Amino acid sequence: MSFFFQQLLNALQVGSIYALVSIGYTMVYGVLTMINFAHGDVFMVSSYIAFFSALFLLKIVSQYASFLAFPLTVFATMILTSFLAIIIERLAYKPLRNAPRVSAVITALSVGILLETLTLALIGPEPRQIPPLIPKIVYNFQGASFSFFQILILGVSFLCMVILDFIVYRTKVGMAMRAISFDKTVVPLMGVPIDRIITITFALGAAVAAVGGVIFGSVYSLDPYMGIRIGWWAFIAAVLGGIGNIRGAMIGGLFLGGIEVFVTAYTASSYRDFIAFAILLLFLIFKPTGILGKPQIKKV
Amino acid sequence: MTTKDLIQLSGLKGKFQKSQWALILALVFFFALTFLIPRYGLLNEYIQLIIIYIGINIIMAVSLNMVNGYMGDFSLGHAGFMLIGAYISSILTVWVFPRNWNPIFTSIILFPIAVTAGGLAAALASLIIAFPSFKTRGDYLALVTLAFNMICVSVVQNIEAIGAGRGFMGMKKLTTMPWVFIWALIAIWVVRNFVYSNLGRGTVSIREDETAAELVGVNTRQVKVLTFVISSFFAGVGGALFAHILQFITPSTFQLQKNVDFLVMIYLGGMGSIGGSILGAVTYTVILELLREALTILGTFPIFASIPSLEVWRWVLAPLLLILLMIYRNKGIMGLREFGFLVPFRDQFGSRFWLKRRELTNANSSN
Amino acid sequence: MKYKYLLLGVFLSVCLVISACAAPSGGTPTATTGTASPTSSTQAGVIKVGLNAELTGSIPKVGKSCKQGAELAVKEVNDAGGLEVAGQKYKIQLYVEDNEDKGDVAASVTQKLITQYGVLAVIGPNASRNAIPASEIAESAQVPLIGPWPSNPKFTINSTTGEPKKWVFRLFYLDSDQGPANAKFVKEEFNASKVAILYAIDSDYNKGMAEFFSKAFEKLGGQVVAYESYSTADKNFTSQLTKIKAANPDVVFLPNYYNEVALQLQQAHQLGINAIFMTTDASFSSELLTLGGKDVEGLYLYSTFITDAASANPVAKKFIDSYRAAYGEDPDDVAALTYDSFGLLFQAIQSAGKIDRQAVRDALATPHTYKGVTGDTIFKGTGDPIKNIYWVQVKDGQFRVYIPKNYKP
Repeated sequence: MSFFFQQLLNALQVGSIYALVSIGYTMVYGVLTMINFAHGDVFMVSSYIAFFSALFLLKIVSQYASFLAFPLTVFATMILTSFLAIIIERLAYKPLRNAPRVSAVITALSVGILLETLTLALIGPEPRQIPPLIPKIVYNFQGASFSFFQILILGVSFLCMVILDFIVYRTKVGMAMRAISFDKTVVPLMGVPIDRIITITFALGAAVAAVGGVIFGSVYSLDPYMGIRIGWWAFIAAVLGGIGNIRGAMIGGLFLGGIEVFVTAYTASSYRDFIAFAILLLFLIFKPTGILGKPQIKKV
Repeated sequence: MTTKDLIQLSGLKGKFQKSQWALILALVFFFALTFLIPRYGLLNEYIQLIIIYIGINIIMAVSLNMVNGYMGDFSLGHAGFMLIGAYISSILTVWVFPRNWNPIFTSIILFPIAVTAGGLAAALASLIIAFPSFKTRGDYLALVTLAFNMICVSVVQNIEAIGAGRGFMGMKKLTTMPWVFIWALIAIWVVRNFVYSNLGRGTVSIREDETAAELVGVNTRQVKVLTFVISSFFAGVGGALFAHILQFITPSTFQLQKNVDFLVMIYLGGMGSIGGSILGAVTYTVILELLREALTILGTFPIFASIPSLEVWRWVLAPLLLILLMIYRNKGIMGLREFGFLVPFRDQFGSRFWLKRRELTNANSSN
Repeated sequence: MKYKYLLLGVFLSVCLVISACAAPSGGTPTATTGTASPTSSTQAGVIKVGLNAELTGSIPKVGKSCKQGAELAVKEVNDAGGLEVAGQKYKIQLYVEDNEDKGDVAASVTQKLITQYGVLAVIGPNASRNAIPASEIAESAQVPLIGPWPSNPKFTINSTTGEPKKWVFRLFYLDSDQGPANAKFVKEEFNASKVAILYAIDSDYNKGMAEFFSKAFEKLGGQVVAYESYSTADKNFTSQLTKIKAANPDVVFLPNYYNEVALQLQQAHQLGINAIFMTTDASFSSELLTLGGKDVEGLYLYSTFITDAASANPVAKKFIDSYRAAYGEDPDDVAALTYDSFGLLFQAIQSAGKIDRQAVRDALATPHTYKGVTGDTIFKGTGDPIKNIYWVQVKDGQFRVYIPKNYKP
């Protein structure tokens, strides 16, 4: 039982990071019908931003209020990463809004590679880890051990998703975002500033991924190429959950984390990729539009 | 007024015939070169190797363009087919075929058999993707192809007998410039003929509007299956050629990131055209090598030598160039246009030409 | 309109052809005197050596250390006026190329160094997956290639004939020898009967070492209670480690690279695994200590080079001091092995007496011992040497030489 419980905790941890990053993919796809392949690398840069902010902030607050280090780091990272995403959107994606979809794909891929190698060239290849922002307390429950930080991670991720859900489904800005995903041409006619909404979408997606970046950088390590794997997995999670649907992305992320952890836990771990993707394949054959995706109705 | 007269009037037929002859002569000339260059060392071995890589990239790009460009899908599984082709052909040449036969015999008879077998194996595997494609399109199909690629890699990683993650080696260097040239030619010829046939036009119609295509009578299932099968056959061929020039293959070479190279090649060159894929493959490979050369030369100058990771900047400049290209010429270098010699005669002229012809024919017959 | 592109294509290919013919004889600032002839790798007192390193890709730190070790070696010789061969002094010109941690690029880059720059010899690559394709090129082009780090047996074996390669040498021991030594160490030193192994399935070093170790351990009568794997970019091992915890091993063997091992230990401690942890020299790097922090305390490993013990070796001490002064960090084993590869090459050139690929190759293939900063490397006539190692333990955040109490090699 403790084995199962431990693996469940592992799955939640892994899954929430996928969920946080896949939200960005799905939001951008929803408004622009474009897969932002650079998102995984934006996530990677956010981890680096978190690393440097943490170093800086720890020096300042360590005497007075060390408990502030974590929330301050998270805020700083979210804001700076949003800026980065806005810059990328303005410079690289906006000129291609009316171009064929595939040009945007190539641009996104190139921006991703650019971010990776710029980080490699400017900061160096050495992997780093964000210094501990929360004191290390380990708990034991029914034979499974976990730390206070892990609980905090789950809490923060959940909070993030709830806030985002609120923004998208209960505010005007969110309504505008959803409207754009229904019909892009009509929305400006209704007086909605479409450019601004798209920028906000990118910024929100990046901010959420930044939270994931802080978490990832604290629990695991950062290196310039870490965004590749997480990016692809988050993309899979987004499509699995029904691309364009934010709640679907969250569920997809947790589901993917669950598959990854439980397949390893209960079968030979060398077959993990094979079994996980076979499950995915079968799932898509039976439910091609994803968990929460709507069957695509095409007007003829 | 027959077609003949019209064409004579427009002055095009003569030009067309001349360009066809020029094409054949050019092909014979280059084919002869592929024999002479290695024999007499006209180019150094490094450039020869790059040319072989370019040839393989052309095969991969042209075949991927069938699915991504002409059919409008987004396949991320091409590297998986390359893997299948590489392994099947290598297993054949290393274990199944006798190793001490006459080398000329091996390279003229056995090698093409191995390469074809690799291609056929990949084509068979593509049926796994073709069938889900009936129900899913677009990004969901992308996921299916992605999953397929990962499954291929993972399966090979677990098969001890062929070396698993450690890799497989033992292949002789059977890929030579003439072979790459021949296979590239076959790939371009088959793809071009497919694209301008009825099936090919069906492919394009699926891209534009699948439901309308069905209504008009296009057998979308048959077309989809054929497109995937042919595309992956040549991906397998490319993989087989790749394995026999590198002489060592590991599953990690064919992971998702390899697909990114091919995607860039076809979109860089222009998505709706075979000539575009060829151009994209050549340009991408050449530019990367030129950048490498330029940075190495720069690195020998004292001011630049102090920059610690000059070689890394190659991968900063390359995507930057690509982004600029996409912003200023977003359909790729060639866009939707096509090289003249690849387009069949009937498509050389616009619809107005054929309408006029029909008008005139009707006028004639009613007289 | 259509001819425009045809012309462009022809123009590009003409450019390529011209640059190909021109480059070897004048395109670069330090021009060569010919194309691919073996004796032309000098020009008015310059010896050219190529370095093939993983500067980008998944192990850029390895590439960086390799490059730094190489540059230090070359700089020392050049500052002393050059390498003295048969009474004449030659400066060393180093060409550094990035193989991007990809096998096909490693092959083409080796080819480029050989034909485009006409180097006398090539040093590198480091990871076996890149070194093997590169070695095939060197063998068929008949150019000496020295690998500082690769340990896969296939590196020096001709795959078609099964015979050792003639032109390929390494400065490292073979996994097939070291694996059983590791197993014996674990069994005897810690009196371990149950071992768990976690390795990367898609990297031939990790997988190879895991296999050699587990086979040898079982032959000694031990039991491998868990044999778990992951893919190289993974960072989450909690799932596999939870399984390992349930199997209750005495020793956990992690034949992986430093970035992976640091995380594996962190997560293992978090899950509460009580066992002895051991890794290999693949993670012997100061980065392991930086990343792992307190969690790598007590970890066992081994290395051909350790600053602790090497300070007793005056040659090594000089190397450590110069490296520290030049780069501000301590050298790891990749840097030290690369430095020694160059030393080995220079010694071979001097004993050959002439700047010729065949002569240098013959000098390398003669049985001899090279004394360098990584200790003695004993060559017995083939490309695989006998090399000693130090057992190491991480104590107080430092690598310390570990003297085994019960283990007899």
